[in-house]
Amino acid sequence: MIQSLFRIVSNECIARNTYKMVLSGDVSSINRPGQFVNIKLKGFFLRRPISVCDINRSENTLTIVYKVVGKGTEFMSRLPMNEQLDVLVGLGNGYDTSLCGEHPLLIGGGAGVPPMFLLAKQLISEGKIPMVIVGFNTFDECFFEDEFKKIGARIIAATADGSRGVKGFVTDAMRCFNAESNDGITAYTDYCACGPEPMLKAVFDIAETIGQLSFEERMGCGFGTCMGCSCKTKYGSKRICKDGPVLVSEEVIW
Amino acid sequence: MVINSKMQDGMNIKFNEFPVTNELPSGDALKVRLGNWLLDNPVIPASGTFGYGYEFAELYDINCLGTFSFKGTTLEPRFGNPTPRIAECPAGIINSIGLQNPGVDAVINSELPRLKRCFSKKVIANVSGFSIHEYAEVAARFNECEQVGIIEVNISCPNVHNGGMSFGTTCDAAAEVTKAVKTVAQKPIFIKLSPNVTDIVSIAKACEDAGADGLSLINTLMGMRIDLHRRTPVIANKKGGFSGSAIFPVALKTVYDVYEAVKIPIMGIGGVSSADDVLEMMLAGAAAVQIGAANLIEPYICRDIIRELPSTMKKYGINKLEDIIGGAHNG
Repeated sequence: MIQSLFRIVSNECIARNTYKMVLSGDVSSINRPGQFVNIKLKGFFLRRPISVCDINRSENTLTIVYKVVGKGTEFMSRLPMNEQLDVLVGLGNGYDTSLCGEHPLLIGGGAGVPPMFLLAKQLISEGKIPMVIVGFNTFDECFFEDEFKKIGARIIAATADGSRGVKGFVTDAMRCFNAESNDGITAYTDYCACGPEPMLKAVFDIAETIGQLSFEERMGCGFGTCMGCSCKTKYGSKRICKDGPVLVSEEVIW
Repeated sequence: MVINSKMQDGMNIKFNEFPVTNELPSGDALKVRLGNWLLDNPVIPASGTFGYGYEFAELYDINCLGTFSFKGTTLEPRFGNPTPRIAECPAGIINSIGLQNPGVDAVINSELPRLKRCFSKKVIANVSGFSIHEYAEVAARFNECEQVGIIEVNISCPNVHNGGMSFGTTCDAAAEVTKAVKTVAQKPIFIKLSPNVTDIVSIAKACEDAGADGLSLINTLMGMRIDLHRRTPVIANKKGGFSGSAIFPVALKTVYDVYEAVKIPIMGIGGVSSADDVLEMMLAGAAAVQIGAANLIEPYICRDIIRELPSTMKKYGINKLEDIIGGAHNG
Protein backbone atom coordinates (compact mmCIF):
# COMPACT_ATOMS: atom_id res chain seq x y z
CA MET A 1 0.00 0.00 0.00
CA ILE A 2 1.11 3.53 -0.67
CA GLN A 3 -0.54 6.87 -0.01
CA SER A 4 -0.37 9.04 -3.08
CA LEU A 5 -1.92 12.05 -4.76
CA PHE A 6 -3.96 11.46 -7.89
CA ARG A 7 -5.35 13.97 -10.36
CA ILE A 8 -8.78 13.46 -11.85
CA VAL A 9 -8.40 13.08 -15.62
CA SER A 10 -12.10 12.48 -16.23
CA ASN A 11 -15.25 11.76 -14.26
CA GLU A 12 -18.29 10.93 -16.34
CA CYS A 13 -21.68 9.31 -15.96
CA ILE A 14 -21.71 6.06 -17.98
CA ALA A 15 -25.00 4.54 -16.82
CA ARG A 16 -27.76 5.36 -14.35
CA ASN A 17 -26.10 6.47 -11.06
CA THR A 18 -22.85 5.01 -12.34
CA TYR A 19 -19.67 7.00 -12.94
CA LYS A 20 -16.31 6.27 -14.46
CA MET A 21 -13.37 8.18 -13.06
CA VAL A 22 -9.87 8.11 -14.51
CA LEU A 23 -7.12 9.11 -12.10
CA SER A 24 -3.51 9.94 -12.86
CA GLY A 25 -0.89 8.97 -10.29
CA ASP A 26 1.38 6.23 -8.99
CA VAL A 27 -0.22 2.86 -9.77
CA SER A 28 2.90 0.82 -9.00
CA SER A 29 1.48 -0.68 -5.81
CA ILE A 30 -1.42 -2.33 -7.63
CA ASN A 31 -0.30 -5.87 -8.35
CA ARG A 32 -3.50 -7.86 -8.81
CA PRO A 33 -6.97 -7.40 -10.25
CA GLY A 34 -9.62 -7.23 -7.52
CA GLN A 35 -7.60 -4.88 -5.32
CA PHE A 36 -9.09 -1.56 -4.27
CA VAL A 37 -8.17 2.03 -3.52
CA ASN A 38 -9.33 4.10 -0.54
CA ILE A 39 -10.13 7.69 -1.41
CA LYS A 40 -10.17 10.65 0.97
CA LEU A 41 -12.99 13.06 0.23
CA LYS A 42 -13.09 16.57 1.61
CA GLY A 43 -15.68 16.83 4.36
CA PHE A 44 -15.99 13.10 4.99
CA PHE A 45 -14.26 11.40 7.90
CA LEU A 46 -13.74 7.95 6.42
CA ARG A 47 -12.14 7.18 3.08
CA ARG A 48 -14.22 5.54 0.32
CA PRO A 49 -13.02 2.07 -0.72
CA ILE A 50 -13.55 1.49 -4.47
CA SER A 51 -12.32 -1.43 -6.54
CA VAL A 52 -9.87 -0.88 -9.37
CA CYS A 53 -11.48 -1.34 -12.79
CA ASP A 54 -8.43 -0.80 -14.97
CA ILE A 55 -4.85 0.44 -14.83
CA ASN A 56 -2.48 1.75 -17.45
CA ARG A 57 1.07 1.33 -16.21
CA SER A 58 2.73 3.24 -19.04
CA GLU A 59 0.49 6.28 -18.55
CA ASN A 60 0.22 5.85 -14.77
CA THR A 61 -3.55 6.03 -14.73
CA LEU A 62 -6.18 4.00 -12.99
CA THR A 63 -9.88 3.74 -13.72
CA ILE A 64 -12.61 3.24 -11.18
CA VAL A 65 -16.30 2.77 -11.92
CA TYR A 66 -18.51 3.57 -8.96
CA LYS A 67 -22.17 3.73 -8.19
CA VAL A 68 -23.69 6.64 -6.30
CA VAL A 69 -25.05 4.97 -3.19
CA GLY A 70 -24.69 7.66 -0.53
CA LYS A 71 -23.45 11.14 0.25
CA GLY A 72 -19.77 10.28 -0.28
CA THR A 73 -20.16 8.80 -3.74
CA GLU A 74 -22.62 11.58 -4.60
CA PHE A 75 -19.92 14.11 -3.69
CA MET A 76 -17.40 12.15 -5.78
CA SER A 77 -19.68 12.23 -8.80
CA ARG A 78 -19.55 16.03 -8.79
CA LEU A 79 -15.75 16.34 -8.59
CA PRO A 80 -14.30 18.26 -11.55
CA MET A 81 -11.36 17.39 -13.78
CA ASN A 82 -7.89 18.18 -12.40
CA GLU A 83 -9.03 18.05 -8.79
CA GLN A 84 -6.46 16.22 -6.65
CA LEU A 85 -7.36 13.30 -4.45
CA ASP A 86 -5.46 11.71 -1.56
CA VAL A 87 -5.63 7.97 -2.23
CA LEU A 88 -4.38 4.83 -0.50
CA VAL A 89 -3.48 2.52 -3.37
CA GLY A 90 -2.89 -1.21 -3.68
CA LEU A 91 -5.20 -2.43 -0.92
CA GLY A 92 -6.52 -5.96 -0.49
CA ASN A 93 -5.35 -9.30 -1.83
CA GLY A 94 -7.15 -9.38 -5.20
CA TYR A 95 -7.75 -12.37 -7.46
CA ASP A 96 -4.99 -14.92 -7.84
CA THR A 97 -5.02 -15.69 -11.55
CA SER A 98 -2.61 -18.59 -11.02
CA LEU A 99 -5.58 -20.40 -9.45
CA CYS A 100 -7.62 -19.87 -12.63
CA GLY A 101 -7.85 -22.55 -15.31
CA GLU A 102 -8.06 -22.11 -19.08
CA HIS A 103 -11.70 -21.01 -19.17
CA PRO A 104 -12.59 -19.05 -16.05
CA LEU A 105 -16.11 -17.72 -15.73
CA LEU A 106 -16.12 -14.12 -14.48
CA ILE A 107 -19.35 -13.06 -12.82
CA GLY A 108 -19.98 -9.44 -11.84
CA GLY A 109 -23.17 -8.01 -10.42
CA GLY A 110 -23.82 -4.24 -10.55
CA ALA A 111 -20.99 -2.43 -8.77
CA GLY A 112 -19.19 -5.80 -8.80
CA VAL A 113 -18.67 -5.61 -12.58
CA PRO A 114 -15.71 -3.14 -12.65
CA PRO A 115 -13.02 -5.38 -11.08
CA MET A 116 -13.94 -8.09 -13.61
CA PHE A 117 -12.58 -5.85 -16.35
CA LEU A 118 -8.98 -5.74 -15.09
CA LEU A 119 -9.28 -9.42 -14.23
CA ALA A 120 -10.41 -10.28 -17.77
CA LYS A 121 -7.54 -8.24 -19.24
CA GLN A 122 -5.00 -9.96 -17.03
CA LEU A 123 -6.35 -13.45 -17.81
CA ILE A 124 -6.31 -12.74 -21.55
CA SER A 125 -2.72 -11.51 -21.27
CA GLU A 126 -1.89 -14.84 -19.61
CA GLY A 127 -3.36 -16.70 -22.58
CA LYS A 128 -6.51 -17.78 -20.78
CA ILE A 129 -10.00 -17.44 -22.25
CA PRO A 130 -12.36 -15.82 -19.75
CA MET A 131 -16.11 -15.74 -20.25
CA VAL A 132 -17.84 -12.84 -18.60
CA ILE A 133 -21.35 -12.63 -17.15
CA VAL A 134 -22.52 -9.21 -16.01
CA GLY A 135 -25.76 -8.66 -14.15
CA PHE A 136 -27.80 -5.49 -13.71
CA ASN A 137 -31.35 -4.61 -12.69
CA THR A 138 -32.26 -2.96 -15.95
CA PHE A 139 -30.85 -1.79 -19.28
CA ASP A 140 -30.10 1.78 -18.24
CA GLU A 141 -27.78 0.50 -15.49
CA CYS A 142 -25.71 -1.60 -17.89
CA PHE A 143 -22.14 -0.58 -18.64
CA PHE A 144 -18.88 -1.86 -20.09
CA GLU A 145 -20.30 -4.51 -22.46
CA ASP A 146 -18.41 -2.96 -25.37
CA GLU A 147 -15.24 -2.53 -23.31
CA PHE A 148 -15.20 -6.23 -22.51
CA LYS A 149 -15.75 -7.07 -26.17
CA LYS A 150 -12.92 -4.76 -27.22
CA ILE A 151 -10.39 -6.67 -25.13
CA GLY A 152 -11.60 -9.91 -26.68
CA ALA A 153 -13.66 -11.27 -23.81
CA ARG A 154 -16.92 -13.10 -24.49
CA ILE A 155 -19.69 -11.53 -22.52
CA ILE A 156 -23.31 -12.26 -21.59
CA ALA A 157 -25.46 -9.67 -19.86
CA ALA A 158 -28.38 -10.49 -17.60
CA THR A 159 -30.98 -8.01 -16.44
CA ALA A 160 -33.60 -8.64 -13.78
CA ASP A 161 -36.33 -7.15 -15.97
CA GLY A 162 -35.11 -8.66 -19.23
CA SER A 163 -34.52 -5.26 -20.85
CA ARG A 164 -31.04 -6.43 -21.92
CA GLY A 165 -29.63 -9.92 -22.48
CA VAL A 166 -30.82 -12.86 -20.45
CA LYS A 167 -33.87 -12.11 -18.31
CA GLY A 168 -33.04 -12.87 -14.72
CA PHE A 169 -29.98 -12.96 -12.51
CA VAL A 170 -26.36 -13.80 -13.27
CA THR A 171 -27.16 -17.32 -12.12
CA ASP A 172 -29.70 -17.64 -14.93
CA ALA A 173 -26.95 -16.74 -17.38
CA MET A 174 -24.62 -19.17 -15.62
CA ARG A 175 -26.98 -22.01 -16.55
CA CYS A 176 -25.80 -21.59 -20.16
CA PHE A 177 -22.46 -22.92 -18.97
CA ASN A 178 -21.54 -26.40 -17.90
CA ALA A 179 -18.29 -27.43 -16.29
CA GLU A 180 -18.64 -30.92 -17.80
CA SER A 181 -19.27 -29.71 -21.34
CA ASN A 182 -16.92 -30.73 -24.16
CA ASP A 183 -18.05 -28.20 -26.75
CA GLY A 184 -15.21 -25.77 -26.04
CA ILE A 185 -17.73 -22.94 -25.64
CA THR A 186 -19.85 -23.54 -22.59
CA ALA A 187 -17.28 -25.35 -20.44
CA TYR A 188 -15.65 -23.48 -17.57
CA THR A 189 -12.77 -24.46 -15.36
CA ASP A 190 -13.47 -22.20 -12.38
CA TYR A 191 -15.08 -18.89 -11.57
CA CYS A 192 -14.38 -15.45 -10.10
CA ALA A 193 -17.28 -13.42 -8.76
CA CYS A 194 -17.90 -9.97 -7.33
CA GLY A 195 -21.23 -8.53 -6.29
CA PRO A 196 -23.70 -8.30 -3.44
CA GLU A 197 -23.52 -11.16 -0.95
CA PRO A 198 -26.85 -12.79 -1.99
CA MET A 199 -25.50 -12.96 -5.55
CA LEU A 200 -22.23 -14.50 -4.36
CA LYS A 201 -24.13 -17.11 -2.38
CA ALA A 202 -26.36 -17.96 -5.35
CA VAL A 203 -23.31 -18.25 -7.62
CA PHE A 204 -21.53 -20.43 -5.06
CA ASP A 205 -24.59 -22.68 -4.77
CA ILE A 206 -24.94 -23.47 -8.46
CA ALA A 207 -21.27 -23.40 -9.46
CA GLU A 208 -19.80 -26.78 -10.31
CA THR A 209 -16.18 -25.75 -9.72
CA ILE A 210 -14.02 -23.94 -7.22
CA GLY A 211 -14.03 -20.17 -7.40
CA GLN A 212 -12.82 -16.90 -5.95
CA LEU A 213 -15.38 -14.53 -4.45
CA SER A 214 -14.88 -10.87 -3.64
CA PHE A 215 -16.81 -9.66 -0.59
CA GLU A 216 -17.96 -6.24 0.44
CA GLU A 217 -18.10 -4.92 4.00
CA ARG A 218 -18.30 -1.56 5.70
CA MET A 219 -14.68 -0.66 6.44
CA GLY A 220 -12.93 1.61 8.90
CA CYS A 221 -9.33 1.82 7.75
CA GLY A 222 -9.10 -0.42 4.65
CA PHE A 223 -5.60 -1.65 5.51
CA GLY A 224 -6.15 -4.21 8.23
CA THR A 225 -5.76 -2.39 11.50
CA CYS A 226 -9.22 -1.58 12.90
CA MET A 227 -10.87 -5.02 12.61
CA GLY A 228 -14.04 -3.31 11.41
CA CYS A 229 -14.62 -5.72 8.50
CA SER A 230 -13.77 -9.10 10.01
CA CYS A 231 -15.48 -12.25 8.82
CA LYS A 232 -15.33 -15.87 9.87
CA THR A 233 -13.86 -18.36 7.41
CA LYS A 234 -13.03 -22.04 7.62
CA TYR A 235 -9.42 -20.97 8.15
CA GLY A 236 -10.20 -18.60 11.01
CA SER A 237 -11.23 -14.97 11.11
CA LYS A 238 -10.11 -12.78 8.23
CA ARG A 239 -10.18 -9.07 7.51
CA ILE A 240 -12.09 -8.36 4.29
CA CYS A 241 -9.87 -5.33 3.61
CA LYS A 242 -6.47 -6.96 4.13
CA ASP A 243 -6.82 -10.77 3.92
CA GLY A 244 -9.65 -10.28 1.37
CA PRO A 245 -11.68 -8.93 -0.27
CA VAL A 246 -11.23 -12.12 -2.32
CA LEU A 247 -11.82 -15.43 -0.56
CA VAL A 248 -11.58 -18.85 -2.20
CA SER A 249 -14.89 -20.71 -2.32
CA GLU A 250 -13.79 -23.55 -0.07
CA GLU A 251 -13.05 -21.26 2.90
CA VAL A 252 -16.28 -19.25 2.86
CA ILE A 253 -18.76 -19.74 5.69
CA TRP A 254 -22.20 -18.57 4.54
CA MET B 1 -1.14 15.91 5.39
CA VAL B 2 -2.37 18.94 3.54
CA ILE B 3 -2.62 18.59 -0.19
CA ASN B 4 -0.66 21.31 -1.84
CA SER B 5 -1.80 22.30 -5.30
CA LYS B 6 1.83 22.56 -6.41
CA MET B 7 2.38 18.86 -5.81
CA GLN B 8 2.87 16.76 -8.91
CA ASP B 9 0.70 13.90 -10.05
CA GLY B 10 1.71 10.68 -8.44
CA MET B 11 3.76 12.40 -5.77
CA ASN B 12 3.81 9.95 -2.91
CA ILE B 13 2.57 11.32 0.35
CA LYS B 14 4.75 8.65 1.90
CA PHE B 15 7.76 10.91 1.26
CA ASN B 16 9.85 7.93 0.23
CA GLU B 17 12.54 10.28 -0.91
CA PHE B 18 13.34 11.42 2.63
CA PRO B 19 15.08 8.95 4.93
CA VAL B 20 12.75 8.87 7.90
CA THR B 21 15.40 8.57 10.59
CA ASN B 22 17.20 11.73 9.47
CA GLU B 23 14.03 13.75 9.38
CA LEU B 24 12.71 12.88 12.79
CA PRO B 25 13.50 15.12 15.71
CA SER B 26 15.63 13.78 18.51
CA GLY B 27 17.01 15.25 21.71
CA ASP B 28 15.44 16.13 25.01
CA ALA B 29 12.93 18.74 23.88
CA LEU B 30 10.29 16.13 23.06
CA LYS B 31 11.01 13.69 25.87
CA VAL B 32 8.27 13.04 28.41
CA ARG B 33 7.97 10.81 31.44
CA LEU B 34 5.29 8.30 32.29
CA GLY B 35 6.31 7.32 35.81
CA ASN B 36 9.89 6.04 35.47
CA TRP B 37 9.58 5.50 31.72
CA LEU B 38 11.24 8.22 29.68
CA LEU B 39 9.63 8.36 26.23
CA ASP B 40 11.39 9.92 23.23
CA ASN B 41 8.21 11.87 22.53
CA PRO B 42 4.61 11.94 23.78
CA VAL B 43 3.02 10.47 20.63
CA ILE B 44 1.39 7.09 21.26
CA PRO B 45 -1.03 5.34 18.87
CA ALA B 46 -4.09 4.29 20.86
CA SER B 47 -5.27 0.75 21.41
CA GLY B 48 -7.49 -0.66 18.69
CA THR B 49 -6.26 1.70 15.99
CA PHE B 50 -2.77 0.26 15.56
CA GLY B 51 -3.25 -3.51 15.81
CA TYR B 52 -0.01 -5.07 17.02
CA GLY B 53 1.98 -2.60 14.96
CA TYR B 54 2.87 -4.58 11.82
CA GLU B 55 0.48 -2.94 9.36
CA PHE B 56 2.15 0.36 10.20
CA ALA B 57 5.67 -1.07 10.35
CA GLU B 58 5.17 -1.84 6.64
CA LEU B 59 4.64 1.90 6.08
CA TYR B 60 7.25 3.56 8.28
CA ASP B 61 9.77 2.82 11.01
CA ILE B 62 7.48 2.73 14.03
CA ASN B 63 10.45 3.12 16.37
CA CYS B 64 9.94 6.87 15.92
CA LEU B 65 6.88 6.62 18.19
CA GLY B 66 6.96 7.33 21.91
CA THR B 67 5.48 3.84 22.15
CA PHE B 68 2.08 2.40 21.25
CA SER B 69 -0.81 0.70 22.98
CA PHE B 70 -1.68 -2.61 21.34
CA LYS B 71 -5.10 -4.07 20.59
CA GLY B 72 -7.20 -4.77 23.70
CA THR B 73 -6.47 -8.29 24.84
CA THR B 74 -8.70 -10.70 26.74
CA LEU B 75 -8.00 -14.06 28.39
CA GLU B 76 -9.65 -16.09 25.61
CA PRO B 77 -9.64 -15.39 21.85
CA ARG B 78 -12.66 -13.36 20.72
CA PHE B 79 -14.10 -12.96 17.22
CA GLY B 80 -16.01 -9.88 18.32
CA ASN B 81 -19.34 -8.51 17.20
CA PRO B 82 -21.27 -9.13 13.98
CA THR B 83 -20.73 -6.71 11.07
CA PRO B 84 -21.37 -3.92 10.16
CA ARG B 85 -19.13 -2.74 12.98
CA ILE B 86 -18.45 0.73 11.62
CA ALA B 87 -20.58 3.85 11.09
CA GLU B 88 -19.32 7.16 9.78
CA CYS B 89 -20.16 10.50 11.40
CA PRO B 90 -19.21 14.07 10.60
CA ALA B 91 -15.70 14.37 12.08
CA GLY B 92 -15.75 10.92 13.59
CA ILE B 93 -16.43 7.21 13.49
CA ILE B 94 -18.54 4.85 15.58
CA ASN B 95 -17.16 1.36 16.09
CA SER B 96 -18.46 -1.75 17.73
CA ILE B 97 -15.65 -4.24 17.14
CA GLY B 98 -16.39 -6.20 20.30
CA LEU B 99 -12.78 -6.66 21.42
CA GLN B 100 -11.76 -8.98 18.62
CA ASN B 101 -8.36 -10.37 19.64
CA PRO B 102 -6.49 -13.68 19.58
CA GLY B 103 -6.35 -14.02 23.38
CA VAL B 104 -3.49 -13.43 25.79
CA ASP B 105 -1.61 -16.66 25.00
CA ALA B 106 -1.48 -15.95 21.28
CA VAL B 107 -0.47 -12.35 21.93
CA ILE B 108 2.43 -13.41 24.14
CA ASN B 109 3.51 -16.36 22.02
CA SER B 110 3.00 -14.97 18.51
CA GLU B 111 2.27 -11.24 18.37
CA LEU B 112 4.92 -9.95 20.78
CA PRO B 113 7.82 -11.97 19.27
CA ARG B 114 6.74 -10.77 15.82
CA LEU B 115 6.49 -7.19 17.07
CA LYS B 116 10.01 -7.40 18.50
CA ARG B 117 11.37 -7.70 14.99
CA CYS B 118 10.07 -4.25 14.02
CA PHE B 119 9.78 -2.38 17.34
CA SER B 120 12.66 -2.18 19.80
CA LYS B 121 10.90 -0.10 22.46
CA LYS B 122 8.62 -1.30 25.21
CA VAL B 123 4.95 -1.31 24.42
CA ILE B 124 1.72 -0.62 26.31
CA ALA B 125 -0.34 -3.77 26.87
CA ASN B 126 -4.05 -2.95 26.73
CA VAL B 127 -6.06 -5.35 28.87
CA SER B 128 -9.78 -6.00 28.82
CA GLY B 129 -11.93 -8.37 30.81
CA PHE B 130 -15.42 -9.38 31.70
CA SER B 131 -14.67 -10.25 35.32
CA ILE B 132 -12.24 -9.11 38.00
CA HIS B 133 -10.55 -12.48 37.71
CA GLU B 134 -10.03 -12.07 33.96
CA TYR B 135 -8.43 -8.63 34.34
CA ALA B 136 -6.06 -9.94 37.00
CA GLU B 137 -5.19 -13.04 35.00
CA VAL B 138 -4.38 -11.17 31.79
CA ALA B 139 -2.46 -8.45 33.65
CA ALA B 140 -0.45 -11.09 35.50
CA ARG B 141 0.52 -12.68 32.19
CA PHE B 142 1.66 -9.38 30.66
CA ASN B 143 3.50 -8.52 33.86
CA GLU B 144 5.95 -11.29 32.93
CA CYS B 145 6.65 -9.85 29.47
CA GLU B 146 9.88 -7.94 29.19
CA GLN B 147 8.50 -6.07 26.14
CA VAL B 148 5.63 -4.55 28.14
CA GLY B 149 6.33 -1.18 29.73
CA ILE B 150 2.87 -0.26 31.00
CA ILE B 151 -0.31 -2.25 31.48
CA GLU B 152 -3.31 -0.18 30.42
CA VAL B 153 -6.55 -1.51 31.82
CA ASN B 154 -9.70 -0.78 29.83
CA ILE B 155 -12.51 -0.76 32.38
CA SER B 156 -15.27 0.16 29.92
CA CYS B 157 -16.16 -3.53 29.48
CA PRO B 158 -19.38 -4.97 30.88
CA ASN B 159 -19.11 -7.06 34.05
CA VAL B 160 -20.73 -10.42 33.33
CA HIS B 161 -21.15 -10.97 37.08
CA ASN B 162 -23.01 -7.71 37.58
CA GLY B 163 -25.76 -7.62 34.98
CA GLY B 164 -23.37 -6.38 32.29
CA MET B 165 -22.79 -3.04 33.95
CA SER B 166 -19.48 -1.54 32.93
CA PHE B 167 -16.69 -1.66 35.56
CA GLY B 168 -15.87 1.91 34.73
CA THR B 169 -19.21 3.36 35.81
CA THR B 170 -18.81 3.22 39.59
CA CYS B 171 -15.99 4.19 41.90
CA ASP B 172 -16.21 0.88 43.76
CA ALA B 173 -15.98 -1.32 40.66
CA ALA B 174 -13.18 0.79 39.17
CA ALA B 175 -11.23 0.61 42.44
CA GLU B 176 -11.83 -3.12 42.70
CA VAL B 177 -10.35 -3.78 39.23
CA THR B 178 -7.41 -1.48 40.00
CA LYS B 179 -6.63 -3.29 43.26
CA ALA B 180 -6.96 -6.72 41.67
CA VAL B 181 -4.54 -5.81 38.90
CA LYS B 182 -2.11 -4.04 41.25
CA THR B 183 -2.02 -7.14 43.47
CA VAL B 184 -0.73 -9.35 40.65
CA ALA B 185 1.38 -6.93 38.60
CA GLN B 186 4.40 -4.82 39.47
CA LYS B 187 4.56 -3.00 36.14
CA PRO B 188 2.93 0.46 36.08
CA ILE B 189 -0.85 0.21 35.80
CA PHE B 190 -2.77 2.87 33.87
CA ILE B 191 -6.55 2.69 34.09
CA LYS B 192 -8.36 3.74 30.90
CA LEU B 193 -11.61 5.40 31.88
CA SER B 194 -14.93 5.62 30.11
CA PRO B 195 -16.44 9.09 29.64
CA ASN B 196 -19.94 7.61 29.73
CA VAL B 197 -20.34 8.27 33.45
CA THR B 198 -21.86 10.94 35.66
CA ASP B 199 -18.65 11.95 37.45
CA ILE B 200 -15.38 10.82 35.91
CA VAL B 201 -13.31 12.86 38.39
CA SER B 202 -14.48 10.80 41.35
CA ILE B 203 -13.83 7.56 39.44
CA ALA B 204 -10.35 8.80 38.56
CA LYS B 205 -9.68 9.57 42.23
CA ALA B 206 -10.98 6.15 43.24
CA CYS B 207 -8.48 4.54 40.84
CA GLU B 208 -5.65 6.68 42.19
CA ASP B 209 -6.58 5.79 45.77
CA ALA B 210 -6.67 2.11 44.78
CA GLY B 211 -3.07 2.34 43.62
CA ALA B 212 -3.25 3.16 39.91
CA ASP B 213 0.05 4.50 38.56
CA GLY B 214 -1.64 6.58 35.89
CA LEU B 215 -4.81 7.19 33.90
CA SER B 216 -5.72 7.04 30.21
CA LEU B 217 -8.47 9.53 29.38
CA ILE B 218 -10.82 9.01 27.55
CA ASN B 219 -12.28 5.93 25.94
CA THR B 220 -14.96 6.39 23.25
CA LEU B 221 -18.31 8.10 23.81
CA MET B 222 -21.36 5.91 23.22
CA GLY B 223 -23.23 6.77 20.05
CA MET B 224 -25.25 5.41 17.16
CA ARG B 225 -26.42 6.10 13.59
CA ILE B 226 -29.62 5.02 11.88
CA ASP B 227 -29.86 4.05 8.19
CA LEU B 228 -32.67 6.15 6.77
CA HIS B 229 -33.42 3.73 3.93
CA ARG B 230 -33.62 0.66 6.13
CA ARG B 231 -34.81 2.44 9.28
CA THR B 232 -32.44 0.34 11.34
CA PRO B 233 -29.24 1.14 13.22
CA VAL B 234 -26.20 1.17 10.89
CA ILE B 235 -24.15 -0.96 13.26
CA ALA B 236 -25.22 -4.58 13.79
CA ASN B 237 -24.78 -4.18 17.54
CA LYS B 238 -26.93 -1.00 17.28
CA LYS B 239 -24.65 1.22 19.39
CA GLY B 240 -20.91 1.74 19.48
CA GLY B 241 -18.05 3.92 20.62
CA PHE B 242 -17.74 7.33 18.99
CA SER B 243 -14.24 8.68 18.37
CA GLY B 244 -12.47 11.06 16.04
CA SER B 245 -11.80 14.77 15.96
CA ALA B 246 -15.37 15.59 17.07
CA ILE B 247 -14.63 14.33 20.59
CA PHE B 248 -11.40 16.28 21.10
CA PRO B 249 -13.01 19.09 23.17
CA VAL B 250 -14.71 16.51 25.40
CA ALA B 251 -11.47 14.62 25.95
CA LEU B 252 -9.55 17.84 26.57
CA LYS B 253 -12.01 19.01 29.21
CA THR B 254 -11.93 15.62 30.93
CA VAL B 255 -8.13 15.66 31.10
CA TYR B 256 -8.27 19.22 32.40
CA ASP B 257 -10.76 18.34 35.15
CA VAL B 258 -9.07 15.12 36.23
CA TYR B 259 -5.60 16.74 36.24
CA GLU B 260 -6.79 19.08 39.00
CA ALA B 261 -7.96 16.15 41.13
CA VAL B 262 -5.14 13.59 40.85
CA LYS B 263 -1.33 13.50 41.11
CA ILE B 264 -0.69 10.47 38.88
CA PRO B 265 0.25 10.99 35.19
CA ILE B 266 -2.46 11.12 32.54
CA MET B 267 -2.35 9.96 28.93
CA GLY B 268 -4.73 12.22 27.00
CA ILE B 269 -6.80 10.45 24.33
CA GLY B 270 -9.67 11.53 22.13
CA GLY B 271 -9.80 13.12 18.72
CA VAL B 272 -6.15 14.19 18.63
CA SER B 273 -5.12 14.65 15.01
CA SER B 274 -2.44 17.35 14.86
CA ALA B 275 0.65 18.65 16.65
CA ASP B 276 -1.49 21.56 17.89
CA ASP B 277 -3.90 19.08 19.48
CA VAL B 278 -0.97 17.34 21.21
CA LEU B 279 0.14 20.65 22.75
CA GLU B 280 -3.40 21.51 23.86
CA MET B 281 -3.77 18.10 25.47
CA MET B 282 -0.49 18.55 27.34
CA LEU B 283 -1.41 22.04 28.49
CA ALA B 284 -4.64 20.54 29.86
CA GLY B 285 -2.54 18.11 31.90
CA ALA B 286 -1.60 15.11 29.76
CA ALA B 287 1.94 13.77 30.25
CA ALA B 288 1.62 11.90 26.95
CA VAL B 289 -0.95 11.81 24.18
CA GLN B 290 -2.58 8.92 22.39
CA ILE B 291 -3.80 9.14 18.83
CA GLY B 292 -6.66 6.87 17.81
CA ALA B 293 -9.16 7.23 14.98
CA ALA B 294 -6.85 9.51 12.99
CA ASN B 295 -4.55 6.50 12.33
CA LEU B 296 -7.34 4.81 10.40
CA ILE B 297 -7.71 7.68 7.96
CA GLU B 298 -4.15 8.99 7.80
CA PRO B 299 -1.84 6.02 8.31
CA TYR B 300 1.25 8.23 8.59
CA ILE B 301 -0.27 10.70 11.04
CA CYS B 302 1.70 9.74 14.16
CA ARG B 303 5.01 10.00 12.35
CA ASP B 304 3.94 13.27 10.74
CA ILE B 305 2.91 14.77 14.09
CA ILE B 306 6.27 13.81 15.63
CA ARG B 307 7.98 15.45 12.67
CA GLU B 308 5.87 18.59 13.05
CA LEU B 309 6.21 18.95 16.81
CA PRO B 310 9.51 20.93 16.87
CA SER B 311 8.29 23.64 14.48
CA THR B 312 4.90 23.74 16.19
CA MET B 313 6.60 24.13 19.59
CA LYS B 314 8.76 26.90 18.21
CA LYS B 315 5.68 28.67 16.89
CA TYR B 316 4.21 28.78 20.40
CA GLY B 317 7.49 29.49 22.19
CA ILE B 318 7.84 26.05 23.79
CA ASN B 319 11.40 24.84 24.42
CA LYS B 320 10.67 21.61 26.21
CA LEU B 321 7.44 19.64 26.10
CA GLU B 322 7.65 18.48 29.70
CA ASP B 323 7.52 22.11 30.83
CA ILE B 324 4.01 22.64 29.51
CA ILE B 325 2.19 19.71 31.13
CA GLY B 326 -0.79 21.19 32.95
CA GLY B 327 0.34 24.65 31.89
CA ALA B 328 -3.21 25.84 31.23
CA HIS B 329 -4.07 25.56 34.92
CA ASN B 330 -1.95 28.49 36.02
CA GLY B 331 -3.91 31.38 37.42
